[in-house]
Amino acid sequence: MANGKKKANNNTGTMSGSEILIKALSDQGVTRIFGYPGGAVLPLYDAMHQQNSIKHILVRQEGGAVHAAEGYARSTGEVGVVLVTSGPGATNAVTGLTDAMMDSIPLVCITGQVPTHLIGNDAFQECDTTGITRPCTKHNYLVKKVEDLAHVVHEAFHVARSGRPGPVVIDLPKDVAMAIGAYLAPDKIEHKNYAPQVKGDASAIKEAVALMAGAKKPIFYCGGGVINSGPKASKLLTELVHTSGYPCTLTLMGLGAYPASDPQFLGMLGMHGTYEANLAMHDCDVMVCVGARFDDRITGVLSKFSPNSKKIHIDIDPSSINKNVKVDVPIVGDVANVLEDMIKQWKASNAKPDQKALKAWWKQIDEWRAKDCLKYVQSGDIIKPQYAIQRLYEATKNLDEVYITTEVGQHQMWAAQFYGFEKPNHWMTSGGLGTMGYGLPAAVGAQVAHPDALVIDIAGEASILMNIQEMSTIAQYRLPVKVFILNNEYMGMVRQWQELLHGGRYAESYMESLPDFEMLAESFGAVGLRADKAGDLDGMIQEMLKTDKAVIADVRVEKLESCYPMIPSGAAHNDMLLGPEDEANKPISEDGMVLV
Amino acid sequence: MTPIEETENTHTIAVLVDNEPGVLARVIGLFSGRGYNIDSLTVAEVRARRHQSRITIVTTGTPMIIEQIKAQLGRLVPVHSVSDLTLEGPHVERELALVKVAGTGEKRVESLRIADIFRARVLDSTNESFVFEIVGDTGKLNAFVDLMRPLGLVDVSRTGVVAIARGAEAL
Ligand SMILES: Cc1cc2nc3c(=O)[nH]c(=O)nc-3n(C[C@H](O)[C@H](O)[C@H](O)COP(=O)(O)OP(=O)(O)OC[C@H]3O[C@@H](n4cnc5c(N)ncnc54)[C@H](O)[C@@H]3O)c2cc1C
Ligand SMILES: Cc1ncc(C[n+]2csc(CCOP(=O)(O)OP(=O)(O)O)c2C)c(N)n1
Ligand SMILES: [Mg+2]
Repeated sequence: MANGKKKANNNTGTMSGSEILIKALSDQGVTRIFGYPGGAVLPLYDAMHQQNSIKHILVRQEGGAVHAAEGYARSTGEVGVVLVTSGPGATNAVTGLTDAMMDSIPLVCITGQVPTHLIGNDAFQECDTTGITRPCTKHNYLVKKVEDLAHVVHEAFHVARSGRPGPVVIDLPKDVAMAIGAYLAPDKIEHKNYAPQVKGDASAIKEAVALMAGAKKPIFYCGGGVINSGPKASKLLTELVHTSGYPCTLTLMGLGAYPASDPQFLGMLGMHGTYEANLAMHDCDVMVCVGARFDDRITGVLSKFSPNSKKIHIDIDPSSINKNVKVDVPIVGDVANVLEDMIKQWKASNAKPDQKALKAWWKQIDEWRAKDCLKYVQSGDIIKPQYAIQRLYEATKNLDEVYITTEVGQHQMWAAQFYGFEKPNHWMTSGGLGTMGYGLPAAVGAQVAHPDALVIDIAGEASILMNIQEMSTIAQYRLPVKVFILNNEYMGMVRQWQELLHGGRYAESYMESLPDFEMLAESFGAVGLRADKAGDLDGMIQEMLKTDKAVIADVRVEKLESCYPMIPSGAAHNDMLLGPEDEANKPISEDGMVLV
Repeated sequence: MTPIEETENTHTIAVLVDNEPGVLARVIGLFSGRGYNIDSLTVAEVRARRHQSRITIVTTGTPMIIEQIKAQLGRLVPVHSVSDLTLEGPHVERELALVKVAGTGEKRVESLRIADIFRARVLDSTNESFVFEIVGDTGKLNAFVDLMRPLGLVDVSRTGVVAIARGAEAL
């Protein structure tokens, strides 16, 4: 601290709570914080103002700060950090915290709080932050004494990043931030009991490998846990899949964990997954689930989910195991750690899969593939949304570093289906909570983390309006984020369900009174582009990529296109809708209607 | 016929936690948020020097739900250990109830007689009431309360179950 104006005394190692916080963050390797000031955090902002190891990114709404931190975290593998004020600052953060909880994203969110003596008095901008955030955080703390602060911050980072990652809230009353106390370095911290199991049980791994080696119709079903585990986990997964020669499918959260261009990749599975992935899941005899959680978007109706398979499940969180689907060989541990042991065991046991059976299995899979379930016809002027993503992918796939974020809706699914991810940490989407408005701030976070990379938010015209204020953040920090809107003038995903389930009565899903996105871009100092016709698309994409400023590209797409394939609610994997023709033939059951 | 997987059983679970603010709210919030049953819940500090409390939860569910409950409890950061006493071998369970019975004449005498059979103690007595203290397992307490009902039962306060494994081992 250059100008050294402090009440606290460095010689005795004491500092103010605010300074302790900054020092602790800095010792945890934090260089970027996403936040928004207010009365209860003024001392923290003052301390931040007087140092330069941590840079603060001022968002335009606290919800944006949390999603930005999520984008930062997912694209770097580090903990994202958020700083917001008490009361409305904290409540605005709740959606983002819940999002991070559902998608296992490591965050530390510091919320200001009214001074300790006023807590519980309905003081100005007071809310019960720890009470409100208890169910939507991995853990939370209310720091009542400055002596506890350093310890709490270090522990919060440990909890956020280890085991199954998640968001942690530190609620910091203003008087604690201003009190004088002692700092404690991270290495002085001991954790009483929190110790997630990282190494898998050797005998379970042995059993799993034996089961895998004997499989005739195996499949790897892998998810976000592979990404959580770090890039090494993806390498090991690829090695094991290659060594075995087995097919591999990924969840929405897992995209990038295995290279999309690899011939053993069957595409995404689940509600909008590929025909081949879902049928292979249904018919397999051995399923190896790696860091995925048998979500209802994956399983469809549970009673018909992969009825004849033995299931192996690797997960670091014991509560993910046997939650929805009973498995035969559970392995609690970290993906990278367990896969490493599995590969060793595979080699040591000299595993020799039944090549004849495997060949027949691949033949079957190739027949399913031949359905070409993602096919669409681009003819005439009207841009098909699938075509727009495919052209975007073609135009960017050879670039060095491309980070894709999405909003929520059909465009998100088309992005997942038509954009190929070769590496982990380059795809950021809100999977578990499905938060519209996630993509733009997440792109802010990814761009802050990777200033020179190409960051694209694939958006819908409805979702983008949910956090459009973050264009102002983009302007302030000159972030060259590209917003690629598939503008169908509908909440397309809602419209699709209304078409399927509610007789085509499009209640409130038409997007009236949309802004002129080109003018909107310009008002934020960004470049506005628009493509109305298929013939204009490639030119517009090139223009977008050439621009070194932020861009909003308004791609006018077919309004009534639905997203296929689709497993309707209440149906089984082998009961997919492949296109509009199927809808008439396979009416949705009443049980299915109540599902979301 | 319900398949085995679907049948519900009652389990007594002992949870050792850090005695810190909010820890009980975390446990209760988990049960309400995820829709699990709580038949009874007791909590008190048991290791003062280490600031640890023991929570005893009696809950009912299918084997899969019980497994989930234990895994979800284990996931809470301040939780040290989760033991399913029902599965982990023999254990003893006790509950204490204070039972107030008001009445005079024959009923009053009868209540005292039954209390004697159940080894309930009289903690308070007026001309027209008793407060009994009774200790036992849940079934015994239920039986006692049921018998007191026609004899002028006016109020009951129960602790909920505490439980401990038999034998020399600690949790
Ligand atoms: C409109 C919409 C449609 C959707 N449609 C689909 C769809 O068609 N297909 C699809 O797949 N998804 C779809 N989703 C997403 C879906 O809701 C879930 O978010 C997603 O399927 C969950 O992915 P996952 O199983 O990989 O789990 P994640 O949520 O990524 O969870 C990761 C799992 O790995 C574990 N884990 C974490 N770290 C580690 C580690 N280091 N080692 C071991 N294990 C670890 C965790 O405990 C957890 O169990 C859709 C979402 C939306 C919004
Ligand atoms: C915050 C929030 N509110 C509501 C929803 C429900 N929802 C899911 S998709 C969707 C429509 C999204 O429309 P748009 O962004 O235009 O995407 P499209 O489906 O048209 O591609 C809605 C309203 C949601 N996921 N998130
Ligand atoms: Mg739309």
